[in-house]
Amino acid sequence: MTHVIALLSGIVFGLGLILSGMANPAKVKNFLDLAGAWDPSLVMVMAGAIAVGLVAFAVARRQGRAWVGAPIELPVNRTIDARLIGGGLLFGIGWGIAGFCPGPALVALGRGMPEAAWFVGAMLVGMLLHDRVIAPRLSR
Amino acid sequence: MSIDWISFTPWMSLAGGLLIGLATAIYLLGLGRIAGVAGLVATSLAALIGGRSLRPELPRLLFLLGLLVAPWLWWIGEPQPAASVDVGTGGLVAAGLLVGVGVRMANGCTSGHGICGLSRLSLRSLVNVLAFMGAGFATVFVLRHVV
Repeated sequence: MTHVIALLSGIVFGLGLILSGMANPAKVKNFLDLAGAWDPSLVMVMAGAIAVGLVAFAVARRQGRAWVGAPIELPVNRTIDARLIGGGLLFGIGWGIAGFCPGPALVALGRGMPEAAWFVGAMLVGMLLHDRVIAPRLSR
Repeated sequence: MSIDWISFTPWMSLAGGLLIGLATAIYLLGLGRIAGVAGLVATSLAALIGGRSLRPELPRLLFLLGLLVAPWLWWIGEPQPAASVDVGTGGLVAAGLLVGVGVRMANGCTSGHGICGLSRLSLRSLVNVLAFMGAGFATVFVLRHVV
């Protein structure tokens, strides 16, 4: 059951990204281009996702347990520090350059978009670079 | 600012957003976990490279597999919306590296901090979203209107 739920939610998430237009980097960049011909679509995507999400997290807080019986684990980290902001800034610059963030990049990769392979490959390297090289140095 | 009314797809984007929210809800209420794509990728990647058992990673890997196969399950007969990129290989690699480092440093991306975090009314996530949105706006402004 766990595996069915995981696969199903990934598929629904991916279909949502395609339907919303967010699987298209050009559309994302047109949202980020406030000074050009602005495409506000991403605002609608966030509104729709958060509207459902607000209900889901409210239910999750009350239930405590998931359908598969495991406890529902909500993040407890509330730290607001330089890493949170610096990481956001680095992510935002990369997002602005290509128009890809992790989810849409995987959908584009699955579709066979060659550009997504370059992006995803570099993203995996970036993640390892942070976890193995940058993070150990920052915490010293 | 001028709104591009021809490209703006309010209802399709809202419907897509509702589906994304539904997927987040299924993962959260079904499995008790946060569907943050960056975290799922990084955790699975660490297990894969560390040579650890992939069995505990299966839910994460199946969610990611779902993202990869979604384009193949797109409604039969309906053409998929077009997708294009306007940077070369060098730009894609630089962007991928920045995104990879950034999402790990801040522990989340558009899904983890953006959708899940804002849905939890987390101030920490809001700060992160403002940082990456601001940097995204600034980057596209520089690339399209300054350089």
